[in-house]
Amino acid sequence: MCVLMSIMGTRVVRIEDPVFLSRGATYTDDLTDERLTGALHLTLVRSPIAHARITNIDTSAASESPGVVAVITNADLDITPAVLFAMAPKTMARPFLAADKVRFVGEPVAAVLTEEAYQGQDAADLVEVDYDPLPAVVDMNTALDGDVLLFEEAGSNLAGALQDAEFDEHLFDDCEVVVTQEMVNQRLAAAPLEGRAAAAAWGDDGRVTLWCSTQNAQAARDEIAGWLGIDPAQIHLIAPDVGGGFGAKIGADPEFALVTWLAKRLDRPVKWTETRSENMTGMVQGRGQLQTVTIGGNRDGDVLAYRIDVIADAGAYPRLGMFLPFFTRQMAPGVYDIPKVESRARMVVTTTTSTGAYRGAGRPEATAAVERAMDLFAAEIGMDPAEVRKRNVVAPDKFPFTNKGGVVYDSGEYAKAIDTVLEASGYAGLRAEQAARRERGDVVQLGIGVSAYVEITGGGAFSEDASVEVHGDGSVTVLTGTSPHGQGHATAWAMLASEHLGVPIEKITVKHGDTDLIPRGAGTMGSRSLQTGGVAVYNASSELAELARTRAADLLEASVDDLVVADGAVTVKGTDKGVTLGELAQREQLRVDTVFDSGAASFPFGAHVAVVELDVESGKAVVDRIFTVDDAGPVLNPLLAEGQRHGGIAQGIAQALLEEVVWDADGNPLTATFADYAFPSAAEMPSFSLIEMETPTPLNPIGAKGIGEAGTIGATPAVQSAVIDAVAHLGVRHIDMPTSPLRVWEAINTATGGQS
Amino acid sequence: MSATVKVDMTVNGTGTSADVEPRLLLAHYLRDVVGLKATNIGCDTTSCGACTVLVDGESVKSCTVLAVQADGTSVTTMEGLEEAHPVTAAFRAEHGLQCGFCTPGMVMASVGLLSENPTPTEREVREGLEGNLCRCTGYHNIVRAVLAASGQDPQAATAHPSRSGA
Amino acid sequence: MIPVGFEYARPGSVDEALALLTEHGEDATVLAGGHSLLPVMKLRLAAPELVIDIGRLPELSYITVDGDEVAIGAGTRHSTVETSSVLATECPLLPAVAATVGDPQVRHRGTLGGSLAHADPASDLPAAVLALGGDVVLRSTRGERKVPITSFYTGVFSTVKEPDELIVEIRVPRTGTAGWAYEKFNRRANDWAIVGVAVVDGRVGLVNMGSTPLRASTTEAALADGASIADAAALADQRTDPPADLTATADYRRHLARILTKRALTTAAG
Repeated sequence: MCVLMSIMGTRVVRIEDPVFLSRGATYTDDLTDERLTGALHLTLVRSPIAHARITNIDTSAASESPGVVAVITNADLDITPAVLFAMAPKTMARPFLAADKVRFVGEPVAAVLTEEAYQGQDAADLVEVDYDPLPAVVDMNTALDGDVLLFEEAGSNLAGALQDAEFDEHLFDDCEVVVTQEMVNQRLAAAPLEGRAAAAAWGDDGRVTLWCSTQNAQAARDEIAGWLGIDPAQIHLIAPDVGGGFGAKIGADPEFALVTWLAKRLDRPVKWTETRSENMTGMVQGRGQLQTVTIGGNRDGDVLAYRIDVIADAGAYPRLGMFLPFFTRQMAPGVYDIPKVESRARMVVTTTTSTGAYRGAGRPEATAAVERAMDLFAAEIGMDPAEVRKRNVVAPDKFPFTNKGGVVYDSGEYAKAIDTVLEASGYAGLRAEQAARRERGDVVQLGIGVSAYVEITGGGAFSEDASVEVHGDGSVTVLTGTSPHGQGHATAWAMLASEHLGVPIEKITVKHGDTDLIPRGAGTMGSRSLQTGGVAVYNASSELAELARTRAADLLEASVDDLVVADGAVTVKGTDKGVTLGELAQREQLRVDTVFDSGAASFPFGAHVAVVELDVESGKAVVDRIFTVDDAGPVLNPLLAEGQRHGGIAQGIAQALLEEVVWDADGNPLTATFADYAFPSAAEMPSFSLIEMETPTPLNPIGAKGIGEAGTIGATPAVQSAVIDAVAHLGVRHIDMPTSPLRVWEAINTATGGQS
Repeated sequence: MSATVKVDMTVNGTGTSADVEPRLLLAHYLRDVVGLKATNIGCDTTSCGACTVLVDGESVKSCTVLAVQADGTSVTTMEGLEEAHPVTAAFRAEHGLQCGFCTPGMVMASVGLLSENPTPTEREVREGLEGNLCRCTGYHNIVRAVLAASGQDPQAATAHPSRSGA
Repeated sequence: MIPVGFEYARPGSVDEALALLTEHGEDATVLAGGHSLLPVMKLRLAAPELVIDIGRLPELSYITVDGDEVAIGAGTRHSTVETSSVLATECPLLPAVAATVGDPQVRHRGTLGGSLAHADPASDLPAAVLALGGDVVLRSTRGERKVPITSFYTGVFSTVKEPDELIVEIRVPRTGTAGWAYEKFNRRANDWAIVGVAVVDGRVGLVNMGSTPLRASTTEAALADGASIADAAALADQRTDPPADLTATADYRRHLARILTKRALTTAAG
C-alpha cells in the first residue's frame, strides 16, 4: 500500500460527471438500444377509485383508437397474482392487472399498447371500467377493526404482527414520572426525480433483456422470474443510469414483470415510463406508523423504562413495508441504555398505495419516537433535553453493546457526539437568545431541537461480490454487486482500486447492474454499499496487487518482498526495474474475484441541533440552521459523504416540516402531484453545518459504516423538536409531523385557549 | 388526430424542422424528434423544472411549452453548453449533482439565473431555483455551485456565524 | 401527461385573433403564455378544439403611462412586469406581486392578461389589480369595452368576459411609490398563496379568501373612518368565504387574512 500518497480520504470529484453534465445520463426512458427498435408503448389504465368490485371492462372503443395494437385485461393473463414480499400472507397477492376488485387508487386495471407514446393516453381514456364501490379503509385503526376487509379470504386486515411477549403491566412501576404520547410518523413519497420505467425485448434465444430503474438488478431479476414462473437465467436485467431511488426502487415492481410478459405475448419490444401522477400512487411509499410511546424514569433524569406500540400501514398489497417495523423494534431504545424496553408492531392493509423502504426504512420511525419521548420526559422533569440525553446514552466503555432490541452496536461515542454538536452550534448562546426573545414576546421565536441517533447500516445482506481485472492496456475494470443511483460508486470504487494498484481513477471503469456480467449482487440499499461492496473491491484490489507481485517476482527474478505496486506497475524497490500491470495482464489474465462478508451490521450514530425561527402569529417555522455530527467511521471521499449527509438532512427537514401523503376518507389521494405534495425546493432549505467525527467499526478493514440514511434519521426529530420547542413556552407539548403552519397554529390555540 | 403543423427552431445552434401535432410538448420535441435526451421530464404539473431549457435565452419549463410555441425561436439545452461552461464546471467541482436526473434542468435554470443576476446572494440563488426540485443533494452543493460559477467564494457566501454569546 | 389533440392557429394580429374567436366561440381557447392553460390541458381537465396562440403578438406587450393610469398590454409577461422601470416608479405594487408568481420559468412565460382571465382565486395578480382598482379592457369584433376589475369576476375560474372577447389591456392607477405592500403566505416559495393580501392607498385585495379575489371592504371602510391599523385589520375576513383544503381550514385562512392585513397595512404606512 502506498501510505504516503493515499487517495483515500481525499476530495475526489466524480468521474461520472463529465457525461452527466454534457449529454446527460442515460435513464431507461432515454435508451436508444437497437433491441428496442419498434417498441410498443405501454399505458396503464389505473383505478380512479380506492375500493370497488369491477363489474365490467369494455375495451372495444379503446381497441379502435389510432395506433392501438392491443388492450389487455386480467382475463388475458396467464400469470398468477404475485405475493410481493416473502413474509406477506399468500391471500394478499396482487394481480398484475386487477381481477375482480381494485384496492387502491392507481391500481393497474388494463394495459394499452400503442405504436406511439402519445396514442396511449388517448386510447386509455376510452377503456370503460364499471366499478361497484366498496367502503374505503384509510385509517389504520379502522383497518385493525376489520369491519371492511380488503381480502375476504384472509379473514382480517392484519398482514403481520411482531411481539415477543405480552406487555408487562408493571413495566413503569419503579418510575417517578411516566409520560405517554400518541404520535404519527406520517406517510411519505420517496419521489425520486426519475419515476419507474422498464423496457423489455425478447431475443430469438428465448431470453429477455429487461432494462429497468432499480437499486438491485439481481434481486429484481429473481423476483420477476419468480412472478412470471420462468428461470432467472432467462432474464438479462440491466439497470441503466437510475434517477434516484431512496429505497423505493429496491427490487422489482409488478409493472416490470407485466412489461416483460407483454413483450413476450405481443412478440414486440415494450417500453413503459410512468408519469409523476402514476408515480405518486403507484410507487411504494415510506413510513406510515401510528405510535403509542410511553417513557418513565426518575426526577434526577434517569430513564428506566420505555415502550413503543406500533401500528404500521402496509397499504393495499403488503410489500417490504410490512417488514420495516422489525427494524423499528430493533432500534426502539436508540442511543440510550434503558433498563426495560418493550415493543410491539401490528401491520395492517389499507386501501392505499403499498409501502416499502424510504431513506431509513424503519429506523427513522424508531428514532423519531424515542427522541420525542426523551423531549417529553425532559419537559416533564424540567431538565434540559440535551442534558437528559447525555445522562442516558450508552457509555463508550460498553461497546460492543447489545441493546434491548437484541442488536449489537459495534462502536460508538454517543455523549461525545452530543457534546460536539452542542459546542459547534453554540448551544448555550442559542438558549440565551431564545430566552431573550421569549422575554420580549417577539413574533418570531427561536426553537432549538437536539437529537441523538444510532442506526443500522449494512443490515440487509452482509456479503457482496467484487471482481477487479487489469487489462493489457493497463486499464482496470471493476465489477460490483452494488448498484448506485447517485451515490458515486464509479468514483469511490475506483478510488478503492487505485489505492492498491496505483492506477489513476480515470483508467478504472466500474460496472454494475448487469446480471449477465454480474450474476450475483445485493445492490445498493440500507447504506450498505461501501462497507460491503466497497470493501470487496478494496480487498480484491489488494489481492490483485499481491498476485501481480507474485507474478512479477518470477518475471523480474526478484523476491516478492522487494517488490512494490505503485503507479500501475510492479517495481523492485529502489531501482527502475519493473513491469507494468498491463504487461502482466498481456501475459496472463490478471483478475481477482472475491466476496467480502462483514458478518454483521454496523451502527453509525450522531447528533443534530436544529434551529428554527417560528412566526407565532402564523405558525410558520423556517429552519434557520442545522448542525450535524454524523459519524460513520473513516470517510473515503468527503465530497461524496457530505453529499449523502446533505441529501439525508434535507429529506429529514422535509418530513419534519412539509411532506405528507394524504388521502380523503374515500381513499382519494390528495397529494398525487408535485403541486400538492410539499417536496421542498432550495428556497425552503438552509445551508447545512456539518461537523466531522470518525469512530471506526471493527467489522471491516477500512472501518467504514454507512452514511446514506444518517442525515435523515438525525434531522427529522431535531427539526420536529425545534418547532415544538419554539412554542413550548406557550404550553405546547407535542405537534405531529409535518409541523405545518396550520398544525402549529392549532397547537398554540389549543394550549392557550386561543389567547395567544 | 389534428392536422400537423410545421415548426422550425434552432436547437443548440443547429436548425431543426418537423411536422408535428400541435399538442407536442417542447420537451418531447427535443427528446424524441431532435433526439437530445438530456432534458428530462419529472412531473406533470410544471413543478419540478427537470425539463428546463432556454428559449431565446430565457429559462422555461419545456413540458409546459408546445413545440409550436417555440417555432422560430432559438432553444438551448444542456447539450448545447460549451465544454468548460462555468456552471457545469462548478456543478462538478462542488458535487452539485448525484443521480443526475434534475441536473440538466437545474443547470439550465442556473445559467438563466446568472444571465439575469450575475452575482446573486445565497438567498437569491435559492429563490432563483425555486422552480427546480432535487431529491438527492438537499440543494446545499447546488447553491454552492451557482455561487462559485458566479465567481464568488461559496464558503463565505453560505457561512453561518455561530450565535454563541449572542 | 399530454393534452387531447387540438387544432392550432397563430394569428398575426389581434384582429385576426378576434375573428377566430368570433367564428369558433366556446370551442376555442386563447393561449398566451400557456402556464394556466397547458397544465389543465395536460391533466385533461380542458380539451379545447381550437387553440388560438396570441403569445407572440407585439401589439399586446407594452407598459406605457397614459394620463393618470399605466396601460399594460394583456400579453405582457410576468417577468416584464417584474422588471419594468415604469412600473417601479408608477405602480410598484404590481412588479412586487408579479415577482411572487410561480418561479422564474413560469414568470418568463405567464402573462398578466392570462392570469386575470384564468380567474383563479388563489392567484396573486388578480387581487393586486383589484386592490389597485384597475380596469380590464375587453375587445371583440363587436367592439371594445372597459370593465372595472371590481365587477370582472363572477366566480371560481369565471369572469364577465364573453367567449368571443379577448383581454387586450389592463389599466391601473399611477399610485406613486408610497403606501403599498404585498403579504403572501405559503409553505413553499413556488406554491400558490394560502392567503395573500395586497394593500395600496388604503385599499385591500385578498387572495384565496373566496370564490373570487376580494376586497376587504370592511377593513377599508374602517380605515376611511379613521380606525387604527390593528382595529381595521381585525375586520379583514369579514364578508369573505374562504375555502378549506389540505393546507388551511377556513378559520385559519380568516386568521391569516387578519394578521397579513395588519402586516401589509403596517408596511404600507411605512
